[in-house]
Amino acid sequence: MNAPPRGRDLGLMSCHVCRLVTAWTEEPHAVCPRCGSPLHARKTGSITRAWALLLAAALFYIPANVFPIMRTQSLSSKDDNTILSGIVELWRAGSPGLAVIVFTASIIVPMLKFIILGYLLVSVQRSSGFVSRQRTKLYRFVELVGYWSMLDVFVVAILSALVHFKILSRVEPLPGVVYFGVVVVLTMLSAMSFDPRLIWDNRKTSQ
Amino acid sequence: MSDTNVGNTPPQDDLPQPVVRKSKLGFSLIWLVPIIAALVGISLLVSHFMSAGPQISVTFLTAEGIEANKTQVKYKNVVIGKVTTMRLSRDRSHITVAIDLDKSASAFATKGTRYWVVRPRIGAGGVSGIDTLLSGAFIGADAGDSDEDQSDFTGLETPPAVTHGAPGRRFVLHASDLGSLDIGSPVYYRRIQVGRIVSYQLDKDGKGVSLQLFIDGPNDRFVTSDTRFWNASGVDVSLGADGLKLNTQSLATVVAGGVAFQDPPGPHNEAPAAEMAEYTLFDDQATAIAPPDGKPRYIRMRFAHSLRGLTVDAPVELLGMKVGRVVSVNLDYDPTTKTFPVIVGALVYPQRLGQAHEKLAKAVGGPDDDTMFPRIMSGLVGHGLRAQARSGNLLTGQLYIALDFDPKAPKVAFDASAKPVEIPTTPGDFDHLQEQISSIVDKVEKIPFDSIGRNLDGSLKELHGTLKQVNTDLLPEAKKTLQGVNQTVGTANDALSEDSPLQRNIAGTLEELQRTVRSVRAFTDYLGRHPEALLRGRGSDAPPKISTPSPKQGKEEQP
Ligand SMILES: [Zn+2]
Repeated sequence: MNAPPRGRDLGLMSCHVCRLVTAWTEEPHAVCPRCGSPLHARKTGSITRAWALLLAAALFYIPANVFPIMRTQSLSSKDDNTILSGIVELWRAGSPGLAVIVFTASIIVPMLKFIILGYLLVSVQRSSGFVSRQRTKLYRFVELVGYWSMLDVFVVAILSALVHFKILSRVEPLPGVVYFGVVVVLTMLSAMSFDPRLIWDNRKTSQ
Repeated sequence: MSDTNVGNTPPQDDLPQPVVRKSKLGFSLIWLVPIIAALVGISLLVSHFMSAGPQISVTFLTAEGIEANKTQVKYKNVVIGKVTTMRLSRDRSHITVAIDLDKSASAFATKGTRYWVVRPRIGAGGVSGIDTLLSGAFIGADAGDSDEDQSDFTGLETPPAVTHGAPGRRFVLHASDLGSLDIGSPVYYRRIQVGRIVSYQLDKDGKGVSLQLFIDGPNDRFVTSDTRFWNASGVDVSLGADGLKLNTQSLATVVAGGVAFQDPPGPHNEAPAAEMAEYTLFDDQATAIAPPDGKPRYIRMRFAHSLRGLTVDAPVELLGMKVGRVVSVNLDYDPTTKTFPVIVGALVYPQRLGQAHEKLAKAVGGPDDDTMFPRIMSGLVGHGLRAQARSGNLLTGQLYIALDFDPKAPKVAFDASAKPVEIPTTPGDFDHLQEQISSIVDKVEKIPFDSIGRNLDGSLKELHGTLKQVNTDLLPEAKKTLQGVNQTVGTANDALSEDSPLQRNIAGTLEELQRTVRSVRAFTDYLGRHPEALLRGRGSDAPPKISTPSPKQGKEEQP
């Protein structure tokens, strides 16, 4: 298999911001001579950063699920719902479709992100060359679904803004939703920190 | 740095060289993020444990209105906890509710705290818990004073009427029945509501009801040891000599019932009563205010005649004063006389006699105990005290027992040691009346109505014959007589008529007489002036003018 040469092989690297091609350097603190952005062949500390952010996200995911995210107040009742109890309530209230969507966005997607990112990081650290192409696809999938993870936050934000009829009925956000938002942001940052090129670094270049 | 691709690579010197800056920090700042996340998580965990209050469980008979994770626990309408789970007891007799109290409400996990479910309640006294119609039921709490921890509570089924620490005092009332009273029924003092009934329960022996009431401070000081309580429920209508009187505490008591209290008139103990002092609940104000009855005494009376109209609770009166009431009317059989006497049992209250009782007691002397009453009665019976069933109401025939002195009553033996005391009886006034009526009837029966009838018949026949005779013989004769009378009267009439000869004769005679009188007067006048004429006769001078000398005048001159 004859793979194309890498920039390193050619002694080249480029600025991430202004795309200026510069000479190769291993120096981690190099900056672009044109725009002054940090210059690195691979994202510096990519794995460390991704790990740290992923860990933080996982930590925040606990309170996000334990604490109620939303308070629905109506004349006759006051309901505090966590993510899971909200889904159960939706299911019981006769909206299984909506329940599935919320379940997917709020539970499955974050969990998938943790698993996929974790797997990618582990596999990169172990210099595995196994199914590199598929792993890249996984990474792109994580990046893609990242945007949709905020669904729950949006639901709460929109409901809080719209359903505001004083005593008749009212929806209030509760601290849980903040933690959930932090989880989503942190996983996205983690995915962004991860440099997918690392997946390919272990392949054997055709000499 | 392989050589294979050198041909495509621009010369190294042409490429811009990256600028190198010195690193400021040796370690990656990114690790701060998970550290912060961990710190946040730990702080949440700590604060959760710090804010978590005690967990308690409360049992209720029903879970009506309670929902796990929703129902709140409130004290003075402040949320102090939340129901977490709810489960049925093993014997299915009640439910157990687990409650997570707030940290600040740990004082509610102590002994003496009461929990109850606040639901909308509609009673005669008002509506409560209206807000729960919309918000759903919640669990009310009221802390006690104890510091002793407790985690298992038995919930109240009804809200407590008095919250802990409210100023005031509790008292106990004893009544024969609950009447229309209920928890929350008002207590009035001078028609102002000063408290309410807190609880009630049957006495242990089942012979009465004990009510607990709470009088709010500072009005609780008006309850003294002499205070009388009475049931102020409903409307008291009384018809007296001064007209119809309608008496009620308030409109609410008419519907919901209530209790009123007042001190008795006259001197009494003014010191406020102790907490939980016990009182009797009287049926109405009159009996409540009346002097105390003291201990009732049971007496028995044996009547030989029927007592139709004598009922239980009929009054027993001594000289017109109500001193007791009938408690039993039973039929007995006397095998020796083969009769059915009626045994009447009654309770009398000697203290209702007031001063009389005291004086009697003093007169009898001896110890003031159970033997006192028979000794007093012994003396009274010796003086002729007898029981008598009298008619109290002529319309309904209701009887009452009258104790009265009958000096003519025959002496009877009185056993003062007998229990119960038996009072000798005399037949009632109605029986007297019956006797009198029967004696009258006897006398009436002795009248010989038959012979009277026969005699009367003969007399009437005679009368009939006599009348017939009168009709046939006497009446025609009488008719004739009357005709004769009629004729006589007609003749008399004619004779007396104006132009009858008799009438005319009389008129002529009268005229003649008049003339005669005039002549006499002229003669006497002449004689007055000429008395000598009697001797000499008439002189020459003109004689008195006489128009027509009457023959009588001449005659009179002659003698
Ligand atoms: Zn640049």
